[in-house]
Amino acid sequence: MSALSIANVGKRYGSLDVLHGIELEIKSGEFCVLVGPSGCGKSTLLNIIAGLDTLSTGDIRIGGRPMQGVAARDRDIAMVFQTYALYPSMTVRGNMTFGMECRRVPKAEQAVIVDRVAKLLQIETLLDRRPAQLSGGQRQRVAMGRALVRDPLLFLFDEPLSNLDAKLRVEMRMEIKRLHARLGSTIVYVTHDQIEAMTLATRIAVMQHGRVQQFADPDTVYNRPANLFVARFMGAPPMNTLPACVEMSASGPMAVLGDASVRLALPELAGDAAAWCNRPVILGIRPECITAPVRADDGVTIEALVDMIEPTGAETIVLLRLAGHQVLARAAADFRPAPGSIARFTVDTARLCLFDPETERLIG
Amino acid sequence: MPRPHVLGHPHYWQRLAIYIPLCAFALFFLLPIAVVLVNSVRSTQDILATSVIGWPAHVLWSNFAFTWSRFCIAEHCTGIAPYFSNSLVMVVPATIVSTLLGALNGYALALWRFRGDRVVFAIITLGVFLPAQMNLVPWVIVLRELGLFNTIAGLVLIHVVQGMSFTTLFCRNYFVSIPADLIKAARIDGAGFLRIFWRIVLPLSPPILIVTVIWQFTGIWNEFLYGVTFSAGENQPVTAALIALSAHISSEPQYAEQSAAVLMAAGPPLLIYMLGGRYFVRGLTAGAVK
Repeated sequence: MSALSIANVGKRYGSLDVLHGIELEIKSGEFCVLVGPSGCGKSTLLNIIAGLDTLSTGDIRIGGRPMQGVAARDRDIAMVFQTYALYPSMTVRGNMTFGMECRRVPKAEQAVIVDRVAKLLQIETLLDRRPAQLSGGQRQRVAMGRALVRDPLLFLFDEPLSNLDAKLRVEMRMEIKRLHARLGSTIVYVTHDQIEAMTLATRIAVMQHGRVQQFADPDTVYNRPANLFVARFMGAPPMNTLPACVEMSASGPMAVLGDASVRLALPELAGDAAAWCNRPVILGIRPECITAPVRADDGVTIEALVDMIEPTGAETIVLLRLAGHQVLARAAADFRPAPGSIARFTVDTARLCLFDPETERLIG
Repeated sequence: MPRPHVLGHPHYWQRLAIYIPLCAFALFFLLPIAVVLVNSVRSTQDILATSVIGWPAHVLWSNFAFTWSRFCIAEHCTGIAPYFSNSLVMVVPATIVSTLLGALNGYALALWRFRGDRVVFAIITLGVFLPAQMNLVPWVIVLRELGLFNTIAGLVLIHVVQGMSFTTLFCRNYFVSIPADLIKAARIDGAGFLRIFWRIVLPLSPPILIVTVIWQFTGIWNEFLYGVTFSAGENQPVTAALIALSAHISSEPQYAEQSAAVLMAAGPPLLIYMLGGRYFVRGLTAGAVK
């Protein structure tokens, strides 16, 4: 069943188009993350879904019901805000019951629901405090509690973790994922953090300039990015993108970089991709596909000049020069080539991506 | 540690240069009040026999009681008590209603978008800059049509409408610091316009409500032009009655009684300011949510 369907939604502020022809079908129980740089329209889209903003064109249905002219309060949704938006003058309990009070839920029932949700989020001891007396993480929990007491068709999260410090953010991220697994609710979650998107989503909608660039599961978005923007936006450090040329050789297709000093064997080109022989392309290589060789005969190897290394503890990020371009590689932590030296790297060519240099779309 | 000798201190002359003019100005501004205070406990005969500026021969508290209940103003020997109560009957509802309306207006203008909201706000704030004399003739017509001429209800109406520009401006500027997300959250929770105002915005408002109440109370209490223009005789607020009282000054000066009357008339705003003054400055600079 489709919990949320967004058809051809556009938004225009005066002469400025902030959303163009957004199409998304979100199934019941899905965790859909809208991700993109600031100004890409993701928060506007969320506000339109919530009924807090109006759309200029298109149609939104929640649980199959058209939302045209339906007020935010009647959409059967709950929302968690980046700023938490807890009511400062009410206690935690008051914050959680305010919505139920507005919907005239009987008092006895309210108490039962608050107790259940407070237990779920481990905020039982905070119920009589006011928001000002809570830490950032506690406020975040209360904000989620206020959404959870509703049991709506759709949960909307607007960058809920952006105001937390790094450590707490990772903890709360796991907790949100655990909650979703446990409750099976449908969630639309907005973030600019691609790691949050990768770790939480069942499907990711990558947005830029008011358009959805790709809407797919995290593995597809990561391994088969639909275009160069998605390829560069998802992943940290980002995917290396280099101009190259496809050539046919006796052993199969090859990607030739720069002055033919670097040649990488490509996997079989399927379908349309065969037409790209002898034409310039953009080659995409994830940093983790370039590693230090474990054995001498370890697949495709290249030699490259090491510019700089960044040991992170868990791994060593190597900045190297490949056919005149800067390329990032992720090698094992104990791999420490001297800057300025030539080192040998293994390339996992099975996961190379080719992009059309003009349309920037994925070729194969 | 013993302080260094003050005269030898390099900042000593600078300090002196600041404090001497400050004290001189303070003295200058306080002098009239001091004269009124002293005269309120002298007898008029004493004042006439010596000088308006002078020390009491003996302290006379009876001026206050006499002025309060028996002093004659324009042939009515009732003291200032009835006029004082007129002022209270006028100022209390006018302050409460104009503050509440201002809060409601400010809330709508700061936190809700509607067509023409900027124009409405501009027109309301324009009222702050209109001189009161300009409104006299329109008010004459309005009060006559409503049958409220020479009534306290008419003065209440005038002060509510005239005060709304200020109260709206104050409240709107305070409410813009309430995060928009708070209103969004409440809308999703199912609260409407008035419930959000009552349950979420008003509980955040005491600092600005104190400011507007002090502002309105002192402003309306001390207001004089509308009082003299639109009321007469027994319906006058105390400020207007004080003028009737000074009408006698040329023929038969009653400096002692007049001083006592002025002091009592100035009491309520002073009291309000002493009770809420420190909130006044704080409220003017505060934001709604920290």
